[in-house]
Amino acid sequence: MSTAESTAQYERQFISGNMAVAQAARDANVKVAAAYPGTPSTEILEYVAEFPEIYSEWSINEKVSLEVTIGASMAGSRALCAMKHVGMNVASDAFMTQTLIGAVGGLVIVVADDVGLSSSQNEQDSRYWGRFAHLPVLEPSDAQEAYDFTRAAFSISETYEVPVIVRLTTRICHVKGVVVNSVPELHSTAGFVKDPSRLVMVPGNAKGRIPKMMARDLALKQYAETCDLNFIEEGKDSAVGFVTSGAAYYHVKEAFPEAPVLKLGFSHPAPIEKIRAFQEQVEKLVVIEEVEPLLETELRAANIELFGKDIVPRIGELSPPVIKPAVENLLGKNEQYKNIIPAQDIFPRPPTMCVACPHLGIYYCLSHIKNTIISGDIGCYTLGAGHPWNALDTCISMGASLSVAQGIDKGRGESDQNKNVIAVIGDSTFLHMGMQGLLDITYNKGNVTILLLDNRAVGMTGGQDAPSSGINLQGEQTSQVDFRKLCEALGVKSERIREVNPYEMPILFKALREEVKVKEPSVIITNQPCVLTERYSKLPPLKVEDDKCTGCGNCLDVGCPAITVTRRETVVKPNGKEKELAFVQIDSAACTGCTLCTKPCAPDAIVPATEFSCAHKINTVEVQ
Amino acid sequence: MKNEVTNIMVCGIGGQGVMTAADILANTALDMGYDVKKTEVAGMAQRGGVVTSHVRFGNRVLSPSIAPGEADLILAFEPAEALRWSEHLRPSGKVMVNSYAQLPPVVSIGLFDYPDNPFEQLLEKGLDAHQFDAGHAAIDLGDRRLINSIMLGAIADHLPFPAETLEQHLLARFAQKGQSVVDMNKEAFSIGRTAFA
Repeated sequence: MSTAESTAQYERQFISGNMAVAQAARDANVKVAAAYPGTPSTEILEYVAEFPEIYSEWSINEKVSLEVTIGASMAGSRALCAMKHVGMNVASDAFMTQTLIGAVGGLVIVVADDVGLSSSQNEQDSRYWGRFAHLPVLEPSDAQEAYDFTRAAFSISETYEVPVIVRLTTRICHVKGVVVNSVPELHSTAGFVKDPSRLVMVPGNAKGRIPKMMARDLALKQYAETCDLNFIEEGKDSAVGFVTSGAAYYHVKEAFPEAPVLKLGFSHPAPIEKIRAFQEQVEKLVVIEEVEPLLETELRAANIELFGKDIVPRIGELSPPVIKPAVENLLGKNEQYKNIIPAQDIFPRPPTMCVACPHLGIYYCLSHIKNTIISGDIGCYTLGAGHPWNALDTCISMGASLSVAQGIDKGRGESDQNKNVIAVIGDSTFLHMGMQGLLDITYNKGNVTILLLDNRAVGMTGGQDAPSSGINLQGEQTSQVDFRKLCEALGVKSERIREVNPYEMPILFKALREEVKVKEPSVIITNQPCVLTERYSKLPPLKVEDDKCTGCGNCLDVGCPAITVTRRETVVKPNGKEKELAFVQIDSAACTGCTLCTKPCAPDAIVPATEFSCAHKINTVEVQ
Repeated sequence: MKNEVTNIMVCGIGGQGVMTAADILANTALDMGYDVKKTEVAGMAQRGGVVTSHVRFGNRVLSPSIAPGEADLILAFEPAEALRWSEHLRPSGKVMVNSYAQLPPVVSIGLFDYPDNPFEQLLEKGLDAHQFDAGHAAIDLGDRRLINSIMLGAIADHLPFPAETLEQHLLARFAQKGQSVVDMNKEAFSIGRTAFA
């Protein structure tokens, strides 16, 4: 490294918590990093991939990513695994036994909680995993700490031979702040040492590891009491003292700058005695933690008097305007917190599918098929549950669409005998955890029609690659999964697998109607790429000819955000009934000419925006 | 020294360049020697949803979020979004609005109404609000993504550092894309500065 480069490393950088974790992995000499994309953790691995000295991969799911890093740790290397909170549910089978083995090379699991559900199916508190699996939990409060704590986590992991959880939240992952790196360290890979009593977790061996885990708990508990990640900041006004961690720490500092604060960076096992001593110095102790009252419950069990979720909300993100009135109310100050400018309640802007998204045509078809129960999954296509399609009836977890559909099929009552059970799943979600559901359907003779939306990307998190794209995290060509062969191998009859271009709506609609009638599993694979990826090629835009538009509004059922209503009219039909008309326009600057909206337009009012464009050419990308 | 923090909220909808504008602001403040924090909310916001970015800078910034009633400036890339976030403005604050409206599909299909003249409503609330059609100006300049540079120009003369410093940071970002791109952004920035002056 040249002098210029080495000084550059210690300059003030303005980076996000996710970037800080990636830089810490580099500076801790991590050898292997693995993840599956998931908001808000996705960027960690994208940044790690910029460092060629680290082997990094998009794994097919979180359990696989954790197992890859467990293997690297067993080989004596440092390894980092990153995931969103629900990823830990998937990884937990490996996780709960790995704790008995412990870490050989430093093993750090970065879990990012989507507090406030900006892009998740639930809100859960990953600090529970530390309690469940007897592992330490570190909670950074900003990007600098995300860097420092990830570095510290590797050293704790190796000192105590324990995997360490670094718990982030959205307000850490996606908040940029000033970060200064510290000196990189060199870590030499010890090499794989055969040790069956530790690495082969059969009952006899695992039993012997439990007392070792208990002893480790005690050692970590003692460490928590003296660890410099847990510290007290004295304050002038000890009417209230706060114990807090993570993003909440800065909210407390902002709301009560004069109050004493015990900041927990190493939050599990909790330094109970340190907190007890702190409590004696303040008049009232308030525990401010986001989501669950975990610390609070432990402190109450230790007979420490405190206030917690009895005054602070248990759901969603905390912030100074949430914390301040709650605590001042406790102090008997009844100040009014009226905003001078009143809040404005206006229309929502729910997320929509992109202009020309290949899913638009699929949901148009699904919303026009009668007698269906549509089991959905996690991805952009979950938006099909919204307007105008309303064409998704369930959504639970990654890959659940198929197995839930199987259950709906097998559990159907009298009233559902003639219903068509459909499962909708994307390519990456199918590979993540959906394949097992398909095997279950074929093996157990289910009757489900599966729509496999192959857009060759993990769309919702920004179009990352997956085995369906044939490109790896480094952007290199690699093997590309063949969905037809895969579905055949999982037991779907060859003639029941169809590949359809979703922009050719009439063909898709026909395929769908035919397959739902067949009383056995069938798979319709749609094959056009995500419009956010380089595979997608734009076509010349379209426009609406005002004099031809009859106001029928059929094109609005496609749900493309480039189509907007210019005026509405109510007309009385010859039969006396009123009909609402909606005349539309296309935002030609946004339109990429997919032609989906031309299909339901009876008067052919949608035409090329420029005379040179060839609007009715079907947007087909070659399928490899 | 009193810890005065400047709070700037940039709001709009996914794909308008809200986060890029906030990033340029934050990096300029960083170079001016301030402590800076900036929130980023990605994920579903990318799909035409509401996007806000909070930029806070001063001697020391604690919480990254701007509380209601505490924004010194709101930079709104869309008029209804200006209205939505107006409660975040402090009474002495300014709100700069791109008057180019963008209607979401839920309004198009008739489920919700778009507010009548959102800019007038801001004035009725007694706010120091200014508007300009940055959307059409950007399209006229040849690229709707220039809204970004126009809106940065809008607040350039209301910051605790020179407008030229912000301009330099903005243009540096496009340096690799060639002189014509730099020139276009320079013009956009200047249009914003004049229009909102």
